[in-house]
Amino acid sequence: MADPVDYIQRTLDQYAALGYPPYRWVTNEDTPPFTPLAKPLAKSTVALIASGGIYRRGQIAFHFKDDLSFRAIAANTHASELRVSHFAYDMTDARKDPNVVFPLETLKDLAGLSRIAKAADNAYTFMGGIYSARRVRDILAPALADRLVKDEVDVAIMVPA
Amino acid sequence: MIAREIEARGIPTICMSSAFSITAAVNPPRAVFLDFPLGHTAGKADDKGLQRKIMIDTLSALDSIQVPGTIRPLPYRWAEDDVWKDSVMRPDPAGKHNDSRIERNEEPQYQSDADRQEAAATLAAGGCATCFFPG
Repeated sequence: MADPVDYIQRTLDQYAALGYPPYRWVTNEDTPPFTPLAKPLAKSTVALIASGGIYRRGQIAFHFKDDLSFRAIAANTHASELRVSHFAYDMTDARKDPNVVFPLETLKDLAGLSRIAKAADNAYTFMGGIYSARRVRDILAPALADRLVKDEVDVAIMVPA
Repeated sequence: MIAREIEARGIPTICMSSAFSITAAVNPPRAVFLDFPLGHTAGKADDKGLQRKIMIDTLSALDSIQVPGTIRPLPYRWAEDDVWKDSVMRPDPAGKHNDSRIERNEEPQYQSDADRQEAAATLAAGGCATCFFPG
């Protein structure tokens, strides 16, 4: 099998070809924080957080310039009510079946099979592709974490597009 | 980065990823790696069986990873061969400008005009209670 696509190198190559200064990708060499599971997954409420520009019809869509906002998507939202708008990936399949970047139905199916207790009442979506890592760390990340704590979820699944 | 913040607040996380180098660099608490084209982090369209297997494997990794920073590869392949990898995000070999991105601004980018009108109606009716604008 061929190696995984090195998106960092390809972004650097592309920026160079366009005459931009190299993008400074975040590199974290420290040991990440680690919280053991407090209870079995079969008894856990599972939150879904996805970048990828997903919104529900009736909501304000994301914009393409460092959008730090996010949307709450109720767990009972039907896939046909979801929309996808993003600049950085091919959305053809995501618009056909949002579960490829926002696996809410998949998660609810697994709740039905008792693999988890339930999907959290709210999933959260944002845009991603935010140039400033500092603003993600200082503004978006704490705001999302606040919501998950308030929602009393047990674990979270993060899905970049 | 967001996973690290959530984990630090006492909620275990797992990241799904189709971009190994990026995930390895940001080094989240736990991750699974699916070697699929971007835009398919959780599987193939309309393939419920595969989507379910991927999610079960993801939950299993969340349950069993003990070493912070582990990225567990998933055993699924996008296609028989890896031809799809060749054309992803390559600069034009002729060195010409091939950046097809639209100019970025702060206008919401709706999938359709109908969505734009529905959002306007939401705002007119008192605002979007499920839209959050931190900072």
